[in-house]
Amino acid sequence: MEIIFFYLVALIVVISGILVVRCQSPVNSALALVNTFFCLAIYYVMLRAPFMAAVQIMVYAGAIMVLILFVIMLLNLGTEAKKRYTQGIVWSSLASLLLLVNVVYFLKRGQVTDSVGDITAYTVQSFGHTELIGKALFTEFLLPFEIASILLLVAIVGAVVLAKKDV
Amino acid sequence: MTPEMLSLSNSPGIFIGIMLVKLIVVFAVVMLSVAYATWCERKVIGHMQTRLGPMRTGWHGLLQPFADGIKLFFKEDFIPAQASKVPYLLAPMMILVPALITVAVIPFGPDITLFGFQIPQQISDLNIGVLYILAFAGLGIYGIVLAGWASNSKYALLGGVRATAQMISYELAAGLTIIAVFMLSETLSLRGIVALQQQDLWGVCSFVPNWYVFTQPLAFCLFVVTGLAEINRTPFDMPEAESELVSGFCTEYSSMKYALFFMAEYANMIVIAAITATLFLGGWSAPLNIAIFTMIPGFVWLLLKVYSLMFFFMWLRATFPRVRYDQLMQLGWKVMLPLALANVVITGLVVVILQ
Repeated sequence: MEIIFFYLVALIVVISGILVVRCQSPVNSALALVNTFFCLAIYYVMLRAPFMAAVQIMVYAGAIMVLILFVIMLLNLGTEAKKRYTQGIVWSSLASLLLLVNVVYFLKRGQVTDSVGDITAYTVQSFGHTELIGKALFTEFLLPFEIASILLLVAIVGAVVLAKKDV
Repeated sequence: MTPEMLSLSNSPGIFIGIMLVKLIVVFAVVMLSVAYATWCERKVIGHMQTRLGPMRTGWHGLLQPFADGIKLFFKEDFIPAQASKVPYLLAPMMILVPALITVAVIPFGPDITLFGFQIPQQISDLNIGVLYILAFAGLGIYGIVLAGWASNSKYALLGGVRATAQMISYELAAGLTIIAVFMLSETLSLRGIVALQQQDLWGVCSFVPNWYVFTQPLAFCLFVVTGLAEINRTPFDMPEAESELVSGFCTEYSSMKYALFFMAEYANMIVIAAITATLFLGGWSAPLNIAIFTMIPGFVWLLLKVYSLMFFFMWLRATFPRVRYDQLMQLGWKVMLPLALANVVITGLVVVILQ
């Protein structure tokens, strides 16, 4: 049952992933990317990580992609003129083939183990995934968390300074 | 012995059957409410402006929603020649679906025992209920943005651009006000939040329930205002703004596609009212812990609260003029956001002190 669902969603993810690259209009590409993010959120739910799924939709599909779409709309990019890139094709296909071989090799070499550490499927289900992430963020990983927030603050201030003509 | 909670694993047949019944009933109630909210709004605003509103179809215009539906159904379905087809067709669906999907996590009554199983009166009790609502509220933006862009009309584009900026700004404040609520509840499940609100007020007053509107009055006010801004209701209906933008993002739409936008507006209103009722007004629980009140089934209370809030929204529409765009942005970023942040800080302080 779950495996059928997995392949169904996988098909949609791959098709929308191809559409991101193949679409003529940038808005359609952005839409396909939103769909890809949404389907990734479905995988988080299937991995019993509902918090990650909600955040994935909220942050990536809901906020970042809206901003990207906003910029595309304002720039009013039309459908790009069709160009043929003949030079890159050989090298890019070679590179992607190498990447595929790499991924398949390491996937085959690796062994599926059970989860390591105190957090098992049972604790996630009984204790709640959100609580576990919250606890970890504010105790064990407090310093990286705070540094990340300072980084974001700096980015915001920088954006305001760049956008304003006279500060 | 309390009976087992019904799930897909212990009795798939009954589970799917009950789920279908719940889905159909909830969908029917929401759609009927949408249809009659349109009638109700015209009636309420009519009477507030000393007019009568619709009177011709049925008794006091009661059949007006059906007449409107039939009219829109038989109109020509027109697609502008210069429009981008796919986004143009997708947009009305992408605005209605997130609105309807959100209803799935609203609880409408206590657990009941049927066929020897415990059945929650809620389509799905997610343990990330509140985040689920926020996530789908975020997806609701796409419908408006795409409608504005795909129509290839300057009025529609302006409406779409305004909607994006407005919804992104107010989503932040709405999310922050909800944080204050689940700092008190310590759960994200809406079922858990309603259960907590049924306890005694501050643990002392035995017959008044512990609704979060009493402990979080500021958050309640902020959430209602940001909610109105998020669903583009007057006084924040900048994306439509009839007097400046013809009809905003849905200018180029006709027939059933226009009807979908119209339905989405009212469905959003119902959803915001239901979320406000669940988070702040005790959901399906009775307003006083007296036997006469608690005897009335939960869904009646929930619907009463939802309809009262919707009446309040209509009242606001009849009372306030539309705000200017720069005022809207000022309000969002310079008033709402700092207030919501301050509310989170104060709530945190009080929670820590009381522990």
